[in-house]
Amino acid sequence: MTTAVDRPKTQSEVEAQQWLHMYRRMVMIRLFEEQVNDLYTRALMPGLAHLYIGEEAVAVGVCEALEPNDYITSTHRGHGHCLAKGATLDKMFAELLGKEAGYCKGKGGSMHIADPDTGNLGANAIVGGSAGIATGAALSAKRLKTGQVAVCFFGDGALGQGLLYEVMNMASLWKLPVIYVCENNLYNEYTHNSETAAGDMLTRATAFGLHALSVEGQDVRAVYQTAKAVVDRTRSGAGPAFLLCNTYRFMGHHVGDINREYYRSKQEEQMWKTQRDPIKLLSDWMMSQNLADRARFDQIQSEVKSEVEKAVQFAIAAPYPAPDKVDQDVYA
Amino acid sequence: MPETRELTLAEAVREAMAEEMRRDARVFICGEDIAEAGTVFKVLAGLVDEFGTERVLDTPISEAGFTGIAVGAAMTGMRPIVDIMFGDFSTLVMDQMVNQAAKVHYMSGGKWKVPMVMRATLGATRRSAAQHSQSLHAWFCHIPGLKVVLPSTPYDAKGLLKSAIRDDNPVVFFEDKMMYKLKGPVPAEDYTIPFGVADVKRAGTDITIVATSSMVQVALAAAHMLEEHDISAEVIDPRTVWPLDEKTLIESAKKTSRVIVVDEGYGRYGVTAEIASVIAEGAFFDLEAPVKRIGAMHVPIPFSPPLEDATVPNEQSVLQAAKALCGR
Ligand SMILES: Cc1ncc(C[n+]2csc(CCOP(=O)(O)OP(=O)(O)O)c2C)c(N)n1
Ligand SMILES: [Mg+2]
Repeated sequence: MTTAVDRPKTQSEVEAQQWLHMYRRMVMIRLFEEQVNDLYTRALMPGLAHLYIGEEAVAVGVCEALEPNDYITSTHRGHGHCLAKGATLDKMFAELLGKEAGYCKGKGGSMHIADPDTGNLGANAIVGGSAGIATGAALSAKRLKTGQVAVCFFGDGALGQGLLYEVMNMASLWKLPVIYVCENNLYNEYTHNSETAAGDMLTRATAFGLHALSVEGQDVRAVYQTAKAVVDRTRSGAGPAFLLCNTYRFMGHHVGDINREYYRSKQEEQMWKTQRDPIKLLSDWMMSQNLADRARFDQIQSEVKSEVEKAVQFAIAAPYPAPDKVDQDVYA
Repeated sequence: MPETRELTLAEAVREAMAEEMRRDARVFICGEDIAEAGTVFKVLAGLVDEFGTERVLDTPISEAGFTGIAVGAAMTGMRPIVDIMFGDFSTLVMDQMVNQAAKVHYMSGGKWKVPMVMRATLGATRRSAAQHSQSLHAWFCHIPGLKVVLPSTPYDAKGLLKSAIRDDNPVVFFEDKMMYKLKGPVPAEDYTIPFGVADVKRAGTDITIVATSSMVQVALAAAHMLEEHDISAEVIDPRTVWPLDEKTLIESAKKTSRVIVVDEGYGRYGVTAEIASVIAEGAFFDLEAPVKRIGAMHVPIPFSPPLEDATVPNEQSVLQAAKALCGR
């Protein structure tokens, strides 16, 4: 679609720009993760990584509703959150390859990306481990009157951790500006959450007086609109919120989890991949509304693809940290 | 002729649990992804088929909760084995293990007992970074009421785990995740290995290397290289770090007069510190040099391979230390 430049943009054109921006972010995460998988299969990446493919709409929809200086905490499946919050591809790849140029100088790796510049308090390899940190950041924001909010991303598996309930209680008592975003992708590693989570997920939050909503996590528009309302409400001082995003990881629990049929069927995966792909859902909708055409999406795809390729080349060529860096950064 | 097979350490651990579960209906296992998935390291693969989901009990990601449940079940007639996927998650179960399990017997004047096993993994170099690579076994050694086991071979793993399951106390059993594929001979018939009995993995006369868990393999490799330098190294594995076989360690130290202690945990206030001091006290007048300790570098475990490798003791670091100690 071509847009006339000599007249002010209409509301729908502004919106189209925003949806296209989110489309680009989702594609960036998707292609980043595909590249990570490739690096792993070619034995170029040390260790393992937990891919976010399929869940892109959650991170992108939520982070789009945030200000640059708002805080997030992330998880073992955290690449999507970091990129959605503004991390750059080159430093992400470099960190995953253990290079000095990475976000954490190679010390953190895939599960520990942290970046103060984008409000990223850190990804966390302890399930539920960041619930306290996010809530503490909200406490700072409130005490320091900065107007920031903190978003705590976590998986449905973290609903098993007692820490979450302790901090939700305090967040509610103290009206802290924190939003707990539960990414319900149905599985905790290799176990379906019907075997790990009793009762209702949402009422766990309402029991503590949190404002709790559930949203279709494959639909970035729905995630964004809901998150925007929730963030505005929380920022205004109305207290913490809980956002349950229903989603699905298309790939294995981690890059090495190839044979999955003992815990979930190929048909189930196929259904989500073909019918609930967040990237395709957005482009289909935009085309149906005549907000953009196929060529526009193809162009974004190829632009992002070359950015990703450039970034990965940078990371591969970058040097490892010198061995004497090993005992630096232990104490501040 | 009793039958002996080659098993991996993972298979030996699995066989110990399977045999004990057959022998004693009170034994059950609980932990994350242990049933159909058979744990992330596949150590328990197949157990659920034989024993069902009530005895191979998948839990939510609630380490404090299911460890606490195990304490209670142990007090009231069951013999639980708790599976803690990564030893790093010890942090989450510490109150249950330290303030509850370890103290119940004593606090009740000996009336209640807690016959449970907590199995966990330790060990770095898997490129898993700071929260999935630690060796935190020393924490548990510090607590009266707990026993701490560190097997280094498939044979030891099976015999020690059986003893752990039959013990009437809470036992913490650490497996090095990098050793699961290590193979070794394991008899088919029933046997147990008592706690507090060290094993001389290799006899020698010039220097004693006390090593635990995967560091035993490192020590043996270093001992082999030391032959070329005409140094005869004795390698001793305490097998249980609490109770500790002080006598065997001290006697070896008296014989060789030089001692290195290698353990993958942090050296400071750690297993190597304790063993070094036991030897210093017990063999002081026979030692030619202060006991040398080698442990993990005192930093969080870094992700980047060249950094991570620098933090863990290896054959070279043990070899160099041994040569230096022997004045070569
Ligand atoms: C406290 C703790 N227990 C166990 C693990 C091992 N582990 C890593 S990811 C995971 C499953 C997490 O499931 P969920 O929270 O739903 O996140 P998902 O992987 O589905 O994104 C487990 C059990 C861990 N990292 N931390
Ligand atoms: Mg999940």
